[in-house]
Amino acid sequence: MSVATAGDFFALLKPRVMSLVVFTGLAGLVVAPGVMNPLAAFAALLCIAVGAGASGALNMWYDADIDAVMARTATRPIPSGRVQPQEALTFGLVLSVFSVGTMGILVNWLSAGLLAFTIVFYAVVYTMWLKRSTPQNIVIGGLAGAMPPAIGWAAATGSLDVAPLLLVGLIFLWTPPHFWALALYRSGDYEKAGVPMLPVTAGEAETRKQILLYAIVMVAFSALPVVFGGAGAIYAGLAAVSGALFLWLSVAVFRSPGQHKVAMRLFAFSILYLFALFAALIVEAAIGLGPLMAAP
Amino acid sequence: MIPPVVLTPEQAKARRSRNIAVALMLVALVALFFVMTIVRMGGAVMDRPM
Repeated sequence: MSVATAGDFFALLKPRVMSLVVFTGLAGLVVAPGVMNPLAAFAALLCIAVGAGASGALNMWYDADIDAVMARTATRPIPSGRVQPQEALTFGLVLSVFSVGTMGILVNWLSAGLLAFTIVFYAVVYTMWLKRSTPQNIVIGGLAGAMPPAIGWAAATGSLDVAPLLLVGLIFLWTPPHFWALALYRSGDYEKAGVPMLPVTAGEAETRKQILLYAIVMVAFSALPVVFGGAGAIYAGLAAVSGALFLWLSVAVFRSPGQHKVAMRLFAFSILYLFALFAALIVEAAIGLGPLMAAP
Repeated sequence: MIPPVVLTPEQAKARRSRNIAVALMLVALVALFFVMTIVRMGGAVMDRPM
């Protein structure tokens, strides 16, 4: 008989990752044109949250062997023995089916299809294939984490447009510097677990260079929602200021070999950066602030 | 005859925690589907021939 509590199953959902997913999904939902019924919006966000959690549970099921040898993940429910792998697999599959089905029935099938794509991409393409086979794992796999704004927009409108895809692109470009900053700090763990993260396969110097390059492209890309995506003055101001800070920290990482505290500072700031930009979009939608630039 | 399963206090506590969570989730799901059905039907739910 299992000794897993409800709390252990909740931990399988990766609640901290889920919070960022829900937040970016909410942004996609509120910046979309038209007014969505608040209850339908709540249902959509709930489905996005549960779908993200389900893919987290499937990830923990498949990666239990890796998690067991890494200090950061050794206390997760499966490696610690509180949840059996079979329980986590069943939990993840049931929640995947329920979240996609509920999204389709209560919201629309385009958003349900995008949610299903996201779950499969994260659990199968990233977790089962890319993570153990290429240092580009988190670059390509980052698409799964980038999808929520498109799902939110699709939930609100039943269609897709340039604006949500720009937000997807922003998170996609944000993911490599975010994760590589963490990987610099934890490269010993990844090496021990046999995960080919960039610092392990290409070395720290190459990783620091790649972080800086991605940061430059990402900060430049963050202007596109202002030009093409209808973002307003609050977003533009925050993107400029926090983008400059992101670049400054990335340069600091680039110039500080072996200084893992600097990398962790960039990692922590990168989370704040993404929250700030998407919070700006949500606030602009809430107060009805129009776009800074007219659509070309 | 198969001997009955006797749970340890820890197992019993964990099962109770899981049961409560599943019950709450089921009630929430039923409530969500019910309310969304009413929302989707809108005012038409009262507009029916007697």
